[in-house]
Amino acid sequence: MIPVNFDYESPSTLAEALKLLASREDAKVLAGGHSLLPAMKLRLAQPALLVDIGRIAGLSYIRESNDQILVGAMTTHADIASSKLLQRSSPLLSQAATQIGDTQVRNRGTIGGSLAQAHPGADYPAAVLALDAQIIAAGPSGERVIAATAFFVGMFTTALRPDEIITEVRVPKTENESVVYKKHHHPASGYAVVGVAVRLKVSGGKIESAALGLSGVSQNAYRATAVEKALRGKPVAAIREAAAHAAENIEALGDYYASAEYRKHLATVMTRRALEQAASGAAK
Amino acid sequence: MAQNGKPTSKSNGKSNGTRNGDAAPWVGRKLKRKEDPRLIQGISHYTDDLKLPRMLHCVLVRSPYAHAEVGAIRTDAARAVHGVVGVFTAEDVSSIGMVPCAIQMPDLKVPKHPVLATERVRYVGEPVAVVVAEDLYAARDAAELVEVDYEPLHVITNMEKALGNETSYVHEEFRSNKAFTHALKNGDIAAAFKKADRVVKQRMINQRLAPIAMETRAVLAEYLPGEKRLTVWNSTQIPHLLRTQISVMLGLPETAVRVIAPEVGGGFGSKLNVYAEDGIVPWLAMKLGRPVRWSETRRENFASTIHGRDTINDVELAVKKDGTVLGLRVRILADLGAYHQLLTPLIPQLTALMLAGCYKFPAIDIEIQGVFTNKMSTDAYRGAGRPEATYIVERIMDIAAHELNIDSAEFRLKNFPQSKEFPFNTVTGLTYDSAKYQESLKKALQLAGYDALRRRQKNGLKQGKYYGVGVSTYVEICAIGPSAATPAGGWESATVRIEPTGKVTLLTGASPHGQGEETTFAQLIADQLGIDPDDVNVVHGDTLAVPYGIGTFGSRATAVGGTAAYLATQKLKAKLATLAAHLLGAKPGDITIGRRVLTAKGSKKSIPFREVVMAAYTARSIPAGFEPGLEATHFFEPSNFTFPFGAHIASVEVDPETGEVKLEKYVAVDDCGNVLNPLLVDGQIQGGIAQGIGQAMWEELIYNEEGQLVTGTLMDYALPKAHFLPNFTLDRTVTPSPVNPMGVKGVGEAGTIASTPCMVNAVCDALASLGIRHIEMPLKPERVWQAISHAQAAPREPEPLLVGALAASAARKNAQKPARRRT
Repeated sequence: MIPVNFDYESPSTLAEALKLLASREDAKVLAGGHSLLPAMKLRLAQPALLVDIGRIAGLSYIRESNDQILVGAMTTHADIASSKLLQRSSPLLSQAATQIGDTQVRNRGTIGGSLAQAHPGADYPAAVLALDAQIIAAGPSGERVIAATAFFVGMFTTALRPDEIITEVRVPKTENESVVYKKHHHPASGYAVVGVAVRLKVSGGKIESAALGLSGVSQNAYRATAVEKALRGKPVAAIREAAAHAAENIEALGDYYASAEYRKHLATVMTRRALEQAASGAAK
Repeated sequence: MAQNGKPTSKSNGKSNGTRNGDAAPWVGRKLKRKEDPRLIQGISHYTDDLKLPRMLHCVLVRSPYAHAEVGAIRTDAARAVHGVVGVFTAEDVSSIGMVPCAIQMPDLKVPKHPVLATERVRYVGEPVAVVVAEDLYAARDAAELVEVDYEPLHVITNMEKALGNETSYVHEEFRSNKAFTHALKNGDIAAAFKKADRVVKQRMINQRLAPIAMETRAVLAEYLPGEKRLTVWNSTQIPHLLRTQISVMLGLPETAVRVIAPEVGGGFGSKLNVYAEDGIVPWLAMKLGRPVRWSETRRENFASTIHGRDTINDVELAVKKDGTVLGLRVRILADLGAYHQLLTPLIPQLTALMLAGCYKFPAIDIEIQGVFTNKMSTDAYRGAGRPEATYIVERIMDIAAHELNIDSAEFRLKNFPQSKEFPFNTVTGLTYDSAKYQESLKKALQLAGYDALRRRQKNGLKQGKYYGVGVSTYVEICAIGPSAATPAGGWESATVRIEPTGKVTLLTGASPHGQGEETTFAQLIADQLGIDPDDVNVVHGDTLAVPYGIGTFGSRATAVGGTAAYLATQKLKAKLATLAAHLLGAKPGDITIGRRVLTAKGSKKSIPFREVVMAAYTARSIPAGFEPGLEATHFFEPSNFTFPFGAHIASVEVDPETGEVKLEKYVAVDDCGNVLNPLLVDGQIQGGIAQGIGQAMWEELIYNEEGQLVTGTLMDYALPKAHFLPNFTLDRTVTPSPVNPMGVKGVGEAGTIASTPCMVNAVCDALASLGIRHIEMPLKPERVWQAISHAQAAPREPEPLLVGALAASAARKNAQKPARRRT
């Protein structure tokens, strides 16, 4: 498979990269390349310029900062999956990362690339939504913070502007909460047919707070606010009923593998199971 | 021959190519493959790795429409791309003969099948033009600039509609979409159904699959005008048959064509064929006077390499309430696609032949209609007709067992022929060579812990757990086959040459492409000549080096090609004995061949193997009339097919809320006759089971109503991955075949044949208590969930009345089970 002709630049600074990105209308950022390159090989994507940000130092890290964990945009899924810091302080991201694609994809693919791509079946979106993560974007006029809840706006569409590059993802520490990521893998692509990320705080048998992000079900990942609302302040036994709202008012995707009806059904079952697992974890 | 014991994953300490001092034969050992080091290191060469000076690249322009009139084709823009050497359409290549079909049947409609579409395209992916350029980038860019005017026509994708009152045809000239009708009837079927206590009916669909060899197709051709020699490197399973067909397509003397199959990365039947590109690329090389290479992309592989299966089967089983089968009636619609590839119409006929399964059906009535549709051709895909037959038989047997409330293993045991009844003549006209069906199934039941699985199933229901046990037995037809029953000759050739230094060259007409015959054939020759497998070099896949051969498919290489090698070696043994006797002053009949030495019985005189060999070449002291050299050829014509068999058992748990299926345990007891190399036999079984489960659970080629391939990439078409599957428990029984001197049968397709119905049986068994009797493949979670939802919504019918001793015993066993219901 042979892509169309394209130019390639590999800047060594972020400023240079931003400049290159702004220089051409049909320029694209190359991060891990595990979504863009296959699309280019099939000529579905035909960017005129690839700005490879893989040679920019300092975009791959996982570190602590007060009550947050900061993850550099070029951090690979493999690094996120195996990070002791994340596993200890904010394991939901690691849980999601372990379920992405296969070993090769996890070794090359990056969190920034995946979020910017915003594939409807990607795993991180559910997790960053449940975590109320912050996505840091650098642009010609400086840096801005985009709330995860405002980031995913449609299929392959985000709040990111064409001249912006994601530099960092900030997630809260969830040491006092219980987190679970559950996924129904598409048997061919490995993407989430449904992915449910749950963050649950239980105290004294009551649900103090709940946050849920769902991937795969619709055009873009979403927060299951109706479920959250139905759980808040309720006993754990409320989970079954609450989970039924997981795909409420959601226009679900349907394809040959899973119809919209089935996706919605799966979303409710998996939401319930994820919540139950989180609740049982929290009880320990 | 060694009677091999258990295949296990345990390694045999003395198995890695170094011979210990004992006289244990090489055959039967778990030798690692000689092929593997070069393949694993990536230092060998597939067609796409080959580069010739001045080599050009080509890209096919393919139809995006499933059915359309082809109007003007404008190639100017494509020609203008820098590096483009030429663009060719149907007119240019009209001298190339049709894509061949080798099958002849009395009423078979054979459409014209030009290498580039002329006035019509009939499936998405049909080639309409070819662009040749200095590099692949230019060729690919230019291919996008070829403008073709298409006038879309009504698309035919549904077989039943295609045969109905439609007025549109895939091929106008036939005024029908029916390509053939094939009937096979034997025994008194009317009486069977009249006598039946119950007629078990089920429609079942065998979905379309893609073979997906790891290496896609590839062709490289070079023509030397001075020598008048065309050399074609082609990723094929059949180099000689391809050579014949290329010479016919291009009007060249066959002696001017050399076909080389370099490393071939799998085929599964998809390279047992002759494709348009096989004619186009050599033609381009001749036309342009430069080597030309074409390598198929994976998307092309999905769209334009043959598909497998795709049948709709209406099945009726006549059975007595004591569980005796009386007759089988099957109506099959076989989707052939738009054109006949090499063997397209043959595959459903193989299904018909194998529909007796491993049971004593007194009567059978089969009718198959082959149907043209606007899709890629179907043809031989691993199993080629037999998986379809086994699926029909094993599914209907399981459904019947549930209807009769007889244990499905017991039901099968009751209807098997006994081992003393072999050779067994089937109602479909075959003679099964040898088998012990009971032994095989009982072994599988024991290994699986069948009774415990059934108990767990019963207890599970009380806790809302849906465990299922799938039983599938099978018999397959291998060692294809006697020439009278095959389209292109069913024999195989071998030339064994002992070189002057005592090293041996085997030229085999088989064309291994992953099976490992470089290892197994070396093992068998090493035993015969008292040497090591490392002393034997197996040469294959080059028509200039190897005598005419048929190739590797139909689980035939060992049983037919290996036998040819064995018999050629016998000729050399006789010659060696004659010469050794002469040199030792003994009688040829007294010479025995030991390890690297020939000894005269009684006299204790002996002579090293190497000295005898050298003497045959120096020829200074040879008996009168002794032909110098040591080379022998044998063309082996088998007297019958062979019929491997076995029993598989799957244990599953179905999640009733999501429809997800968890395969917990898989047991396979296979009998492929004597075993040359247990490691390779196990490998074939492992891969085959995975591929068969792939059909049951995940794989499906979907064409939508516009004839577009919906699952035409590996992101959509789900192949089984290693982590989808548990470790399989493998074992075997060994029933030598009387058809060939080594007693071997064949194992290349067995796993694929047995495992598909085994999985479906397991899942349907898990849900039988809900009244579910059949779910179509693949058993996607949604399909299973839908079946469960519908069953739970539907009203229940009472348990059918059971009569008879067997049924009564089954009823006792099933007393705890909830009532069953027919849907």
